[in-house]
Amino acid sequence: MSTRFHVATRKGLFTLERGGTGWSITRASFLGDNCTLVMHDPRYGELIAALNHRHFGVKMHRSRDGGATWNEIATPKYPEKPADYVPKNPVEGKPADWSLKLVWSLTPGGAEEPRVLWCGTLPGGLFKSEDGGESWSLNRRLWDDPLREQWFGGGADHPGIHSICVDPRNPNHVTLGVSCGGVWSTRDGGLTWRVTGHGMRAEYMPPERQFEPNVQDLHIVAQCRANPDVLWVQHHNGIFRSTDAAQSWTEIKDVKPSAFGFAVAVHPQDPDLAWFVPAVKDEKRYAADGRVIVNRTRDGGRTFDSLTAGLPQAHAYDLVFRHALDIDESGDRLAFGSTTG
Amino acid sequence: MPTVRFTQNIQRHIGCPTREVAGGTIRDVLDNYFDVHEKARGYVMDDQGRLRQHMAIFVNGAQISDRDTLSDPVSPDAIVDLVQALSGG
Repeated sequence: MSTRFHVATRKGLFTLERGGTGWSITRASFLGDNCTLVMHDPRYGELIAALNHRHFGVKMHRSRDGGATWNEIATPKYPEKPADYVPKNPVEGKPADWSLKLVWSLTPGGAEEPRVLWCGTLPGGLFKSEDGGESWSLNRRLWDDPLREQWFGGGADHPGIHSICVDPRNPNHVTLGVSCGGVWSTRDGGLTWRVTGHGMRAEYMPPERQFEPNVQDLHIVAQCRANPDVLWVQHHNGIFRSTDAAQSWTEIKDVKPSAFGFAVAVHPQDPDLAWFVPAVKDEKRYAADGRVIVNRTRDGGRTFDSLTAGLPQAHAYDLVFRHALDIDESGDRLAFGSTTG
Repeated sequence: MPTVRFTQNIQRHIGCPTREVAGGTIRDVLDNYFDVHEKARGYVMDDQGRLRQHMAIFVNGAQISDRDTLSDPVSPDAIVDLVQALSGG
């Protein structure tokens, strides 16, 4: 079981460790800077941190000694937009800006491709590094797909890729979660892509468009490591589950106190065991009933029980965002962080 | 040659010393500066070579008008200041 957390916050990156007297902060890096994401690479033990300096843009740093020292590495860069580029069908008539707004997901490649990293960004570009982050290239097949131009922002002003699931059985099989743009997957390492959000429902769209795969607002996708055909999605208006590698999705209904939220974690060995942190609703973003709870299902979503021990149960208005609920490789240590800190 | 000065706030991220740099436009001046200090380019310019949204450039105290192609003229004795735009309160 893991005894160390790396926590990315608006005030920097914090490392917490469990010692004889409990958990304590053992290191603070980038203090005062907005650390939007941190990735631990289990293949090397390296850390990669994404920072968003409001004035100076997005930057990435790597540590090879657990966070004691950091070096700046390359940041994904969108190619120069061709002068004669005319978007075929941009949603709302506004083409995406070819400029990095935010690093929204970082995922190591497969065990057999040791220096590969994937990076999802706003405004919707997927980048790949084959040298551990020294350089990045935009996946043009996905970026140039006419359906990509139809993506639109959910809570953000730009669409983005927040989830990258690399199949442990086959690193060329990669599944993405897009807000808003559904589920996309490739089985050839990114040469061809297909939107696979069939069965998802978007209640914020006009009735005749609610089941279109490319308009779905996924908040996060979680894949079971032992059974990668099972994926869970916390969606803008519900919870969905797939048991066929994201080809089709089933909505999990009647979840109490709420099916709204941002985060989901699935047990690495048990695909039926998953956790959520429910919030009231999209227009009222705080813990349901003012109580912070973790909703757990142990039977693939048929039933849920609410875990409350140690969590504030009165006047608690925390919100847990998409990357702030995580589980370690053993499946025994679950952690989340909230907007209130 | 124009003199290029950077905000102190950028120095903790990337060293940007004050330098005299040749060039008749902001684009020319900055390209020449970043040829020597390449890592600083991404802190000031975005992916498409535009001035970052929350940065500002002044020439002899007057803010430039062309943030995208940086065509504002620069005289040989000009002082070019790169500063953070006031944002966020």
